[in-house]
Amino acid sequence: MTTPLLSLTSVACMRGGLTVLQDVTFTLGAGQATILRGPNGSGKTTLLRTIAGLQPSSEGQVSAAPESIAYAAHADGIKGPLTVAENLEFWAGLFGTSGIDAALTGFDLVALRHRRAQALSAGQKRRLGLARLLVTGRPIWALDEPTVSLDKAAVALFAGVVEAHLAEGGAALIATHIDLGLKAETLDISAFAPTRRDVQAFDESFL
Amino acid sequence: MIRLLQRDLRLAVRSGGGFGLALAFFLIVVILVPFGVGPEREILARIAPGVLWVGALLACLLSLDRVFATDYEDGSLELLATAPLPLETLVLAKAVAHWLTTGLPLTLIAPVLGVLLNLPVAAYGTLMLTLALGTPALSMLGAFGAALTVGLKRGGLLLSLLVLPLYVPTLIFGADAVRRASDVLPVTTPVLLVAAITLGTVAILPFAAAAALRVNLR
Repeated sequence: MTTPLLSLTSVACMRGGLTVLQDVTFTLGAGQATILRGPNGSGKTTLLRTIAGLQPSSEGQVSAAPESIAYAAHADGIKGPLTVAENLEFWAGLFGTSGIDAALTGFDLVALRHRRAQALSAGQKRRLGLARLLVTGRPIWALDEPTVSLDKAAVALFAGVVEAHLAEGGAALIATHIDLGLKAETLDISAFAPTRRDVQAFDESFL
Repeated sequence: MIRLLQRDLRLAVRSGGGFGLALAFFLIVVILVPFGVGPEREILARIAPGVLWVGALLACLLSLDRVFATDYEDGSLELLATAPLPLETLVLAKAVAHWLTTGLPLTLIAPVLGVLLNLPVAAYGTLMLTLALGTPALSMLGAFGAALTVGLKRGGLLLSLLVLPLYVPTLIFGADAVRRASDVLPVTTPVLLVAAITLGTVAILPFAAAAALRVNLR
């Protein structure tokens, strides 16, 4: 087996001073997708934020090549006064890639490219937010509820884009509640719920 | 960094009032002061340096809470933090964008408003020079304050309280230089001190602000 793109070894993450996950261990290889499942509040977002490097893990290690992870949160980070194309061009420039046409085509945004982002519907905004992933050029996608406010056709579109990404040797880690129809492993993170309560990281509740 | 700067400037222009807010506030303060103080020209000339500097400083303060807040609210700050751009550069770009939309227009309009306050002719050059040298420090200090308070709701009040004491040295030396210039005294020392404050803030604060952002983004 080739070396995995992303591997977690007994990672614990905290949120608001409480450990929400511990001993999380899994790997993600090229061409592989993993669906994170778990009830609300079980720590899916916290895990994804830890993997994306937005917060440190309190124990264990997240190892991935530097700058290999593209993170998509609940919020899309879209600027309303800019057009669809300008939004994507900004991110493409920031990530040092060029050409936004593939991203526009991938999420069926070509007809909307000169529209101001504030005039888009919720689902269209979401598609624009996801199109950003294609211009990052990064192999690992960490996606938090990517299908919120997408209709059925758009979900199928999204699943197709993820499959194409996997076929090119990428990997995806997706927290979602719906069935995307992808060939993916499922990881139920409620299995990693903490078994012991610790109050050592007292400072954490103030950060 | 250039890309981020371009985006922020474009946003400031598109969303309207990006340049206008600070300018309008500065204009209002400077126009109202003669009405409040009375029309004696000697008094106006004496208080002009202080009023111009205080007005510019408060105008800078006005738009500070939006430096990071809009990006935080729509989620782009998190996405920017995971982008290949170091957070220190992000802070610097934000401060530069803030300066271009507030400090620079304030500097350019200050001589016009100096006329309203009967500022002695000898002081115009120094007024523009000190504002041009001093307002970058105001933007940089403000970006640091904004980074500290970014996650807080109604953080504007805390931000003003945090930042105002840090603004005092710039104000003292800036206004002092203009006052000395209007009395036709040498101004080298206060001008150099204003420049030193700006260089110091630009050298240190991007790192401090980036550290504050990292904590606030958890």
